[in-house]
Amino acid sequence: MAKLNSVTELKELKERLQAETFKPDTLRARVCCGTACTATGAHKLIDRFEKEAEATGTELEIVKTGCQGICQKGPVLKVEPMNIFYQRTKPKNVPWIMNYSMLGNMPFRQALYRDNIHSEPIAEMDEIPFYKKQKRLALRNNGVVDPCNIEHYLAVGGYGGLARALESMTPDDVLDEVDKANLRGRGGAGFPAGKKWRHVKSSINDVKFVMANGDEGDPGAFMDRSIMEGDPHSLLEGMALSAYAIGAEYGIIYVRHEYPLAVKHLQIAIKQAEELGLLGKNILGTGFNLVMSIREGAGAFVCGESTALIASVEGERGFPRPRPPRLSENEGGPWGYPANLNNIETYACVPVIVEDGADKFLSVGTKNSPGTKVFALTGKVKNTGLVEVPMGITLREIIYDIGGGILDDKEFKAVQTGGPSGGCLTKEHLDLSVDFDSLREVGSMMGSGGMVVMDEETCMVDVAKFFLSFTQSESCGKCPPCRIGTSAMLDILERITSGQGEHGDIEKLEELGENIIAGALCGLGNSAPNPVLTTIKYFREEYEEHIYDKYCRATACSGLGKFRIENPECILCGLCVDACAFGAIRETRKTFYIDQDYCEKCKACVSVCPTEAIKVEKHKRQEVNK
Amino acid sequence: MSLMLNEVFGEIGDVLSEEQKQRGVLIHAFQQIQEEHNYLPQEEIEKLSTEFNLPMSFIFSTATFYKQFYFTPRGKKIVRICTGTACHVRGATTVLNGLEDEFDIKEGETTEDLAMTLETVGCIGCCGLAPVATVNEDIVGEIDGKKMDLMVDAIKNDKSLTSDDDDE
Repeated sequence: MAKLNSVTELKELKERLQAETFKPDTLRARVCCGTACTATGAHKLIDRFEKEAEATGTELEIVKTGCQGICQKGPVLKVEPMNIFYQRTKPKNVPWIMNYSMLGNMPFRQALYRDNIHSEPIAEMDEIPFYKKQKRLALRNNGVVDPCNIEHYLAVGGYGGLARALESMTPDDVLDEVDKANLRGRGGAGFPAGKKWRHVKSSINDVKFVMANGDEGDPGAFMDRSIMEGDPHSLLEGMALSAYAIGAEYGIIYVRHEYPLAVKHLQIAIKQAEELGLLGKNILGTGFNLVMSIREGAGAFVCGESTALIASVEGERGFPRPRPPRLSENEGGPWGYPANLNNIETYACVPVIVEDGADKFLSVGTKNSPGTKVFALTGKVKNTGLVEVPMGITLREIIYDIGGGILDDKEFKAVQTGGPSGGCLTKEHLDLSVDFDSLREVGSMMGSGGMVVMDEETCMVDVAKFFLSFTQSESCGKCPPCRIGTSAMLDILERITSGQGEHGDIEKLEELGENIIAGALCGLGNSAPNPVLTTIKYFREEYEEHIYDKYCRATACSGLGKFRIENPECILCGLCVDACAFGAIRETRKTFYIDQDYCEKCKACVSVCPTEAIKVEKHKRQEVNK
Repeated sequence: MSLMLNEVFGEIGDVLSEEQKQRGVLIHAFQQIQEEHNYLPQEEIEKLSTEFNLPMSFIFSTATFYKQFYFTPRGKKIVRICTGTACHVRGATTVLNGLEDEFDIKEGETTEDLAMTLETVGCIGCCGLAPVATVNEDIVGEIDGKKMDLMVDAIKNDKSLTSDDDDE
């Protein structure tokens, strides 16, 4: 396509593409090719469709789209114009789908979504419980467009925000609109984006940078990955609008090395945008310049922290730097230039705000947290995956209505929000409405959007240990509170979970935690103790059971508890005797019993017993060192 | 290698000094070297030092900070078990232990015949398919006994991973 030289040419192109692309009568299959669906065979599916279409002489348009969010049920695809949604699709289903749906206009029931085997299958995507309560704003184009094709993005209305801004808005107008919309940063801190942009704008320097934080290091979070892989142009357009508003001519997208598909799709998107004249020098003939480049991370969680990210971009160790100077000021950004650093999801919301106006954005969500948020709902829920919901929705709705409730219908225990920086919430918080401030008030935080659901078989002490071992190994080592403090906390947790907890350990953890939070240089250290402190706050009894009773009620920690065979329930099958590697299970004439002197509490017997006759109980409470 | 400076920085290079560019290109340079050699050989690092006029201490300081870079040769297949939150909660430890037993090495080690290196990684981003592992570029999700066997077979026989083809 020829380079566009004016906003008018862009609008004409958009109009033409809108009419020509995704025609309502064309036979079409939109197949999700996100990382998860690719892993379950999406590309094989596409190959099969192409083969079948050729064999039957059918004209079939196949669109390889980005992540649709319902990763548990992949590979997923949508058939149009019948508007039927298929899940867990296998290549052998393809001829049937083609015959039934595409040529016969009937759903192929075998691959339709069903809540459970007794319920009626659901053919329309928006009727599926997982999607019903979602409102897709940042993920608006995921599942709709091919991320490697800029024409698709233009056809669904993309770059409309940029067109409006360059045609009829001054940089200050754009800034005012984003400010008015109260767009808060989606990376975790929730800092108002408009305010940040104003800071950068007020710094005096000819050279300014607009930067996107695609490091997404929180384990359990993949929101930004889906946007970068599935709709890279929304990120580019958001950054371009920011650059226009603050007067930046250079852009850097920092993507973690572990996202190669995101890097690839972004490179293709940048190239296509440059070819069309939507990036680069003299964009659309308006004199606005923006040079975009990508920098990869190299496996360091701390580089998601703003100042550490800058250090990494400069080629150094990812050490955070003290502030002031802030990134938005001189000496604060990369190579000393002022920079605006926002999260990927934040930028993805900007084009919609600029094109449709702040009021529309404000009409969704809560007063202090307008708009939507993308969550990565994972853990012990039936439907795991990516969900985007309006702010203000309750945890109960997310976990039960969208998530389908707890896996295997077990009991809900807790939900961890905000990844390793966040805290856990319990049953009493289920009706809390989710937004930036409400979660902070109860000691947790929304963070970047990771939401891990836990059931009765999750040990909260083990969870705290898990998160802390992550932050401890990712600690950059620069400041003693974090470097030494997290190691000390981890040692105590290791002792507790292996049955060597001592009286005073809980208090030590609390004191250490508070000191680390007070003394750490950056956000990593500042929030590393959160999982420990919140689990102590809400599940103190579990800690006490580990320490004083040497007992783990979730039977997750090895080496704890007293194992006993409940004789009336035992069917004398002998499987436990085979399973025990320590010869601890002995026989009398009529029963089996566990010899406590030999039992290593490895739980092998518990896992093989068919009648659950082996019970794990507390030891009699012992007098511990005072 | 100095072509690399232009390639990596493009027009941003216009506002940077030579020294800033030489330092800023390091991570990219390491990634190129590791892609070719599977680790960072000593001679290559020394070449970087000369080429970009940087002290070895600075280069090592950066290279050793990031988990991605290795200084000893690695296996033909890099197996990464995801130990992110979602995978942990769905049994990542069992998968790790299974592979440690099967190949008689511990996490972080390489088998003697350089067939496989076993590591853990923070989060791959496929949390909906927990527990997840990658074998080079192939992703294996929802790992159960059957998938474990497939993985072990692919590693031992240097095959690429093909998932179950119930294709007629």
